[in-house]
Amino acid sequence: MKRLSGLLVLAFALAGVAIAQSGLLINGAGATFPYPIYSKWFDEYHKSSGAQINYQSVGSGAGIKQVTEGTVDFGASDGPMNDEQLKAYRTKNGTGILHFPTVLGAAVPTYNVPGVTGSLNFTPEALAGIFLGRISKWNDPAIANANKGVNLPANDIVVIHRSDGSGTTYIWTDYLSKVSADWKEKVSKGTSVNWPVGLGGKGNEGVTGLIKQTPNSIGYVELIYAAQNKVPFGTVKNSAGTFVKADLASVSEAASGASKTMPEDFRVSITNAPGKNAYPISSFTWLLIPEKFKDAAKRDAMKNFVKWAITDGQGDAEALSYAKLPKEVVDKELKALSKVQ
Amino acid sequence: MATSSINVPSAGPAEASRSFLSRLRDGDEIARLVTFIFAASVVLLTALLIYELWIASPLPRQKFGLAFFVTKLWDPVADQYGALAFVYGTVATSTVALLIAVPLGIGAAIFLAELAPQKLSDPLQFFIDLLAAVPSVIYGVLGVFIVIPLMRSVIAPVLKTTLGFLPPFQGPAYGVGVLTAGIVLAIMVIPYIISVSREVLLSVPRDQREAALALGSTRWEATWKVVVPFARTGIMGSIFLALARALGETMAVTMVIGNTPTISSSLFAPGYSIAAVIANEFTEATGDLYLQALIQLGLVLFLLTFILNGLARLLMLLTASRGGGTGRA
Repeated sequence: MKRLSGLLVLAFALAGVAIAQSGLLINGAGATFPYPIYSKWFDEYHKSSGAQINYQSVGSGAGIKQVTEGTVDFGASDGPMNDEQLKAYRTKNGTGILHFPTVLGAAVPTYNVPGVTGSLNFTPEALAGIFLGRISKWNDPAIANANKGVNLPANDIVVIHRSDGSGTTYIWTDYLSKVSADWKEKVSKGTSVNWPVGLGGKGNEGVTGLIKQTPNSIGYVELIYAAQNKVPFGTVKNSAGTFVKADLASVSEAASGASKTMPEDFRVSITNAPGKNAYPISSFTWLLIPEKFKDAAKRDAMKNFVKWAITDGQGDAEALSYAKLPKEVVDKELKALSKVQ
Repeated sequence: MATSSINVPSAGPAEASRSFLSRLRDGDEIARLVTFIFAASVVLLTALLIYELWIASPLPRQKFGLAFFVTKLWDPVADQYGALAFVYGTVATSTVALLIAVPLGIGAAIFLAELAPQKLSDPLQFFIDLLAAVPSVIYGVLGVFIVIPLMRSVIAPVLKTTLGFLPPFQGPAYGVGVLTAGIVLAIMVIPYIISVSREVLLSVPRDQREAALALGSTRWEATWKVVVPFARTGIMGSIFLALARALGETMAVTMVIGNTPTISSSLFAPGYSIAAVIANEFTEATGDLYLQALIQLGLVLFLLTFILNGLARLLMLLTASRGGGTGRA
């Protein structure tokens, strides 16, 4: 018995050494939204370089928290870290943290109005009014004027939002804050907010489920979720005045429209971005990478990964319904990568 | 003795019987100690839980103090947190659940234990035990696809026409809401009440029944006036179990309650429970105050469970002394 357990211990020790030798292990945690493409990227990168990257999709907030506390090597978030969080990171770790956009996502308005089968058009004023509770009927002129020829009923609107903290809510409320001063003042933006009206559904599937079941309802879901599950959604009027339906091209265009004013640290919101066909409720998702690594091998592997992901790795994006980074942003990121030391 | 010494290999027969006796004596001590540690660990674990929740949430205590319990604003953007709406949602849904589940559950248990023939009672009990083991997310799905549409098209309109003069049954019914969550919770806790109550009723000594019947009572009188009062403590225990499950249920509730921190006089209105908000917002909670407010909500749920259980126990003591008296008379 004793000999057997001794052997087992030895076997485990050897296995541990074997794992450690076969490649580097990097740990990350954060956003759930980019998880499908991240796991594909990590898998491909593992095959080509041998470095293994573990990623826990625990949510943007938890990702920021874990990377700040140093329990993981890098984080990932759907919303950029705010100044307070950056300061907290610096005090705790004695160094800064950098944001690297990887792919793009968008939030789309989806609805269930009896008698309406086609796609509805939404102006920013209509969306803000509906979610503030000011526009309470489907046949309100703010909605009807953008949808000439559609027979909208005189029914009460039921607003449905996400109940769980979410990057999608962040994008949605960030957009509403930009287009409505009232929204900015009364509700503002965040992964969870104090909603003036409406019911909460858990996750994209919870929101979609509630909308399907509730006549006269409107809500928002991630573009990827809507595309993969064939959830019908409406168009949104962008800053150029065009009604744009969200798709990979219009989301990418929002990113290139915003790239001219892209700050050095990439912490930028691209909602309501300029560009004739830019979809206005779009956003980057970011990797959060410390400026300084203690372990040089880890640093090099991490830098190589980011470099690969934003160049060759972008080829995987569209098959998984993520919009690709525009070239201007990639070039800028490649330059910024040298800041990681 | 001979068979037990076989179980002691490696020792001689004479020594074995002696060491067996002494080990038995020692074993008593060991068993006492070990079981004491097990029992004490439960108390320790509870204390540790409260302690951990307490030390992990100093910020909201400093900032809001007792106001945390009496304000209902929950605004993560402005960093303002109050627990009242969640406390209301938790208590209201659990109350609705128990109001529905207790009479149904105890009635079913009486039928299964006292009235139904064994041929019917045993297979039924099997299904009830099966129901108790169904994961809560399944009940949530049941709620979403069956109870919500039913609530909107049948239950709410019927309640409005019959009881619509009462405030709890007024206002728009979206399908999701406090009443829906209460109904789904009731469905979830009924198997617990039936299972435990039936066991307790079955364990009532036969002579109690026979004595009542011998005194000329009908079968129902014997059941209702003798057997049920005798089993009262155990039945109450099943209700505690149901209450505990209802208070802490997360997944099924969040799927049907509407997740809106409001307090409304209407049971059709959406609400929010403590467990549901913690599950929903914990992963994306950024900022220390936000996170700690959620942890403090956990502490509030803990206290709420204590208080409600204490009240229920008090109620039991009060009714038990009364009921026991009439039972014996």
